[in-house]
Amino acid sequence: MGRKLLTEHVNVEGIETFAVYRKHGGYRAVEKALKMTPEEVVEEVKKSGLRGRGGAGFPTGLKWSFLAKPEGVPRYLVCNADESEPGTFKDRYLMAKLPHLLIEGMIAGSYALGARTSYIYIRGELLYVLRILEKAIAEAYAAGFLGENIQGSGYSLDLHVHPGGGAYICGEETALLESLEGKRGNPRNKPPFPAVQGLYARPTVVNNVESIATVVPILNMGGDEYAKIGVGKSTGTKLFSACGHLNKPGIYELELGVPVEEFIYSDEYCGGIWKGRELKAVVAGGSSVPILPKELILKTAAGEPRLMTYESLSDGGFVTGTMLGSGGFIAMDETTCIVKNTWNFSRFYHHESCGQCSPCREGTGWLEKVLHRLEHGHGSMHDIDLIVSVAKQIEGNTICPLGEAAAWPVAAAVRHFRDEFEWHVTHPKEATQPGAVYRGNLVLA
Amino acid sequence: MAKITFDGIEVEVPDGTTILNAARKIGGGVVPPAMCYYTPLKGSGGKCRACLVRVAAGSTKDPRPMPKLVASCITPVQDGMVVENTTSQQVLDVRKGIVEMLLINHPLDCPVCDQAGECDLQNFAFEHGVSTTRYEEERRTFEKIDIGPYIQLHMTRCILCYRCVYTADQLTDARVHGVLGRGDASEIGTYIENTISNDFSGNVIDVCPVGALTDKTFRFKQRVWFTKPVNAHRECSHEKCNGHVTLWYKGKDVLRVTARKDEYGEVKEWICNECRFEKKETADWIIEGPAHIDRSSVIAQNHYELPVINPQVIADLPESTVRELEKNPPLKLGGPNGTSF
Repeated sequence: MGRKLLTEHVNVEGIETFAVYRKHGGYRAVEKALKMTPEEVVEEVKKSGLRGRGGAGFPTGLKWSFLAKPEGVPRYLVCNADESEPGTFKDRYLMAKLPHLLIEGMIAGSYALGARTSYIYIRGELLYVLRILEKAIAEAYAAGFLGENIQGSGYSLDLHVHPGGGAYICGEETALLESLEGKRGNPRNKPPFPAVQGLYARPTVVNNVESIATVVPILNMGGDEYAKIGVGKSTGTKLFSACGHLNKPGIYELELGVPVEEFIYSDEYCGGIWKGRELKAVVAGGSSVPILPKELILKTAAGEPRLMTYESLSDGGFVTGTMLGSGGFIAMDETTCIVKNTWNFSRFYHHESCGQCSPCREGTGWLEKVLHRLEHGHGSMHDIDLIVSVAKQIEGNTICPLGEAAAWPVAAAVRHFRDEFEWHVTHPKEATQPGAVYRGNLVLA
Repeated sequence: MAKITFDGIEVEVPDGTTILNAARKIGGGVVPPAMCYYTPLKGSGGKCRACLVRVAAGSTKDPRPMPKLVASCITPVQDGMVVENTTSQQVLDVRKGIVEMLLINHPLDCPVCDQAGECDLQNFAFEHGVSTTRYEEERRTFEKIDIGPYIQLHMTRCILCYRCVYTADQLTDARVHGVLGRGDASEIGTYIENTISNDFSGNVIDVCPVGALTDKTFRFKQRVWFTKPVNAHRECSHEKCNGHVTLWYKGKDVLRVTARKDEYGEVKEWICNECRFEKKETADWIIEGPAHIDRSSVIAQNHYELPVINPQVIADLPESTVRELEKNPPLKLGGPNGTSF
């Protein structure tokens, strides 16, 4: 089993308390950071090659270096803990088990960016995690790691946790900032980007929970050392939340570069598909990334084994590849109806569209209605082309990436499982039987 | 100043100007349509995606094309930017898609809608849309909401451009009106049916691009293209209103009063509710003359004002031509004050 940098002590009794966390090497990264200059901390994160763990995979160090630094103006670090992507539940686990890890990362990150006030914007449904975090923050204040003059370094920081109202769209960084400001959670038009005008129109960095937590091991071991883990530009370890028809679903911390096949079938990780069934398809990075059939998720189109890295999963573009996304790994066995699954995803995006820009507001609803028709045996062949066309009309033309998130799964499902959609049209009676699944030849070109 | 190339036409505009406003400086057929952007309203734009254009070169410094189409109404120009609007097939295709999206939940009740004839969505769909629909599902409808004695809110027709929300926010003191709900269930509303009773609330009617907000004092009175717009003013006692309006006549009756709009349908000066709803007699007003409607919609079809030709131009014409024109006028010629030539 590979190294664990984030979840090393996760099973230690009482690790959520300050005393136990500190005993296991906690807050060493903060002490180390406070002895460095902020620029050196940013440089260390840059060297580590850490890529954003929230989905887009943008290098965190680079994002930090883009932050505008006008004199005499406050700056903010905001932690995006609004994890609501179907299939992704790694941040919840990390925060509930290791609240101090996130707080430690927030202190180091805020110091690096020169922020005096920082926020953790947490999904409203995670109320129990909010309480855990608040308790941990109170402990950190009491121990002198938050508040005025942290550990005598002269640096002061206030950290707040703010619960959202439970909207998926508030995981989009500018919608999150709007919501944090107390407004309706609508994504903003960009530019200006948050690095220039973010929270309260001040320079702001928004990072995922896991990205911020990862700053702690990076500082502890040094950026160069961290960059040695992993493959190519996918450095370090990453949490994957495996779910679906697996023998051992759960959260796994992997060194990036583990083959997908090993991750699914090895007993060390997911332990294969449940009930001895066959794997049919995988959504590798949360519901918004393209679905891939078994043949393409285990091996790339060129026949290379696919690895759990940013590059390998996106090998082949969207024609034969997918994305690492946020690490929400959904495995589906042979009894899964892809049409029903796609309808279910698009129902989610329909429900969560903010309604601000027209392609997404109208298109997500349209997709859901047509997919509902197809799933329930009322569709026509024309409908299959229609959903592809509507998905194309949404993709790339919206204010925020929710449009793409809604369009990609639909387009990919039709791309790889068109015969299954067609079977729903040609065999409506069979397709609408409870539990009916198309078991045709799934060989793909 | 920044120099940009828009559809092959070079134009120089001050830094910070948006691509849309640069295109409007050129004018004519190259101007992208705008359904949500409204110059006088801060923060408007970027929502309808009707004005998407392709940036083929970002700037002189960084001539790479932008990866996605950008909303021209909110994207500032850069020196050396090359923008494609009508010259890009991709833009035209996407625009067709936007029309389709805007129309799938629109009731298409133009025959009974007061906005028909001066409706931005109607114009937009006519210019860029197709005449059939691929949408078979039931359209979204809303109950009508009563928001007071002057304004009718008919959400079913709304395209959620947010213009009225910005207007209510920026013109009035107390905010009573906003967007409720999410996704395609979002609606404009005054929370729990408050009445909008602000002195400037009537302006939301003027900014509405469709027939979602209409004037109750004008509803079902007349098709707009049968009415004649006349510019007029009065001494308004309201401190923020200077009483410059357009009166819409049918025969001798003033059927409605609106603010004056420019060629892109944008209000030049906001007017108060007293001017708009209560002064419907000619005697209330000092008439200035016919209002010019510089738009391609049906409302512009029966222009009744005389096209004005610069007297200098006429003076320069050979005398034989002038005599010929007098005898057999292709258009009626008029002097600057409407005096016949």
